[in-house]
Amino acid sequence: MFERALSGSNRYWAWIFFLLAVIGVGFLAYMKQLNEGLGITGLSRDVSWGFYIAQFTFLVGVAASAVMLVIPYYLHNFKKFGKIVILGEFLAVSAVTMCMLFILVDMGQPMRVLNVVLHPTLNSVMFWDALVLNGYLFLNIIIGWTTLAADQKQVAPPQWVKPLIYLSIPWAVSIHTVTAFLYAGLPGRHLWLTAIMAARFLASAFAGGPAILVLLALLVRKFSKFDPGQEAIQALAKIVTYAMCANVFFFLLEVFTAFYSGIPGHAHPLVYLFAGLDGHTKLVPWMWTAAVLAFASIALLVNPSTRQNEGTLKLALVGVIIAAWIDKGMGLVIGGFVPNPFERVTEYAPTMPELAITFGVYAVGLLVLTLLYKVAIGVREENGAVEH
Amino acid sequence: MSINRRQFLKLASVSTILGVGSAAAITSISRSGLEASQSSPDPKGLKAKRWGFVVDVSKLKTEEDYQKCIDACHNIHNVPTLKNPKHEIKWIWKDDYEHTFPNMAEDKIMNKELQEKNFLLFCNHCANPACVRVCPTQATFKRKSDGIVMQDMHRCIGCRFCMAACPFGARSFNYVDPRKDNAIKVENKEFPTRMIGVVEKCTACYERLAVGKQPACAEASDGAIVFGDLEDPKSEVRRLIAEKYTIRRKPELGTQPGIYYVIGGGEHV
Ligand code: SF4
Ligand code: SF4
Ligand code: SF4
Repeated sequence: MFERALSGSNRYWAWIFFLLAVIGVGFLAYMKQLNEGLGITGLSRDVSWGFYIAQFTFLVGVAASAVMLVIPYYLHNFKKFGKIVILGEFLAVSAVTMCMLFILVDMGQPMRVLNVVLHPTLNSVMFWDALVLNGYLFLNIIIGWTTLAADQKQVAPPQWVKPLIYLSIPWAVSIHTVTAFLYAGLPGRHLWLTAIMAARFLASAFAGGPAILVLLALLVRKFSKFDPGQEAIQALAKIVTYAMCANVFFFLLEVFTAFYSGIPGHAHPLVYLFAGLDGHTKLVPWMWTAAVLAFASIALLVNPSTRQNEGTLKLALVGVIIAAWIDKGMGLVIGGFVPNPFERVTEYAPTMPELAITFGVYAVGLLVLTLLYKVAIGVREENGAVEH
Repeated sequence: MSINRRQFLKLASVSTILGVGSAAAITSISRSGLEASQSSPDPKGLKAKRWGFVVDVSKLKTEEDYQKCIDACHNIHNVPTLKNPKHEIKWIWKDDYEHTFPNMAEDKIMNKELQEKNFLLFCNHCANPACVRVCPTQATFKRKSDGIVMQDMHRCIGCRFCMAACPFGARSFNYVDPRKDNAIKVENKEFPTRMIGVVEKCTACYERLAVGKQPACAEASDGAIVFGDLEDPKSEVRRLIAEKYTIRRKPELGTQPGIYYVIGGGEHV
């Protein structure tokens, strides 16, 4: 089946080589980081996690969102998702791959990564996160590949994948819940120390992930003969709408608690993010961009006529993705570290090599995604009508 | 395996200080491992159920009083001096009242003297340490024998989760190679230097306790830092805590920090 990824148009190969070039640059930057240490990043004693962990946090959500297709299709027998489920599963594979790479490039001693397995530490959330992420990766590879192989032969997928598919549902929830627990259980980090963290994570995942998926589906429709289906796309857009509303609502709950309680420590990170603290305002324009985009895209999504119009839908989805990326990534991670435990402000901004490595990892993810989609689309183009 | 290495590191440093092993016992573990692990702990070694500190800031008057303690620690532990403040490594340092106790700093009409005081800060060796709870490799662990929160530099993967978890900013990460660029002015050959990409912090001078010595900062402090067993009702630290008004940093977080600060100390107390 994989040979489908090895033949394609000139445009396909240009894209592949472009990705390889970006990966190459990222790899060189990573070699520099291995050599000189994380000192080449913008990280500091006070802001010890930054851009890498922000991408990781955002992408776990993208991975988890596949479940928004799996649940309606397999649990509620929503046939319209039949053709598109595979796109969600393969998006998850690509997203988890990037997650793992971001963790790896963030490590001070990557050669020792196996220590996590050699000295399993049940009380460390990071151990569980590694476990559930790996499990989720394998689940999606196995499920995606077997169902696709069955499709190619025009037969129903083997019986043994069914239990795996059902298992993948709570598992998807678990990857994002456990990732939220990385943050939510730390004393003294006011922005993170909140019980609603996991719920917020899931809400933003179910908004951002499906938004990416819809855009991918539209791309696929444009560039291939495979049509994921108008109804599937509209159904996903509705999921994005509800999830984004919940996401913004949960965020406002945090704002209420922080400011109505009047506890200074709880308010400071939010003040830093949206107004700046002690004259430090690096993130303020970003956070306001996220806020404006969030509300603007909700307006476009809630209104049926702008949701059904593909032009405005696309705009709204891009808005959702950018808003979720800023809020879940930079805002959440940096806001947890600023101000520091001494109520001092040390600001953070990624450096050039750090950005190069980040783009490199994204390029790896896009490469994985492209190859898997190429195969999936190839199979679908041949027998687009298959439903089981 | 893990226990062996820890015991080894402990013993290696003991034996090195005793002159049983050589400085090489630490830098090249494999060669002298056997020899070192065969030596037994020093009978003079200090023991306690749970080590803790009482810091009397009224006894720290001048800038030098603070610097003496800081230098004592940083010199013997090969703590590098780095130019970039973002990459700073510190095991013990000073800070003002407002930032040491940020959750109490709202009070603008309190005792002026205290407000203007500086404090010596280092790892609290918490009884319920958040850093230990989150570490995915047990590179940060609490010693069962005496409650010291230790750091195994050979196991740390540099994920910096412990830095996010410690509410006291007690940990530093080696963003750059501390062995390069003369960052360590005069190297103490009897204590290991660290490599790039690992986290480090105050380890309560476990290596000095093992041979019957007080922590370096306490020794250099002229009585401003008192070290002792928090679980022994007859210890000097317990006497001070009973007699004086002491506060701890962020006790509300439940980590149970093991540093008590005596405040005031003027005639009015
Ligand atoms: S002060 Fe911080 S590093 Fe030290 S034991 Fe407590 S939580 Fe851990
Ligand atoms: S940086 Fe090292 S000590 Fe800290 S949590 Fe990670 S492995 Fe443990
Ligand atoms: S107890 Fe030892 S390691 Fe800790 S600050 Fe004092 S001198 Fe440094």
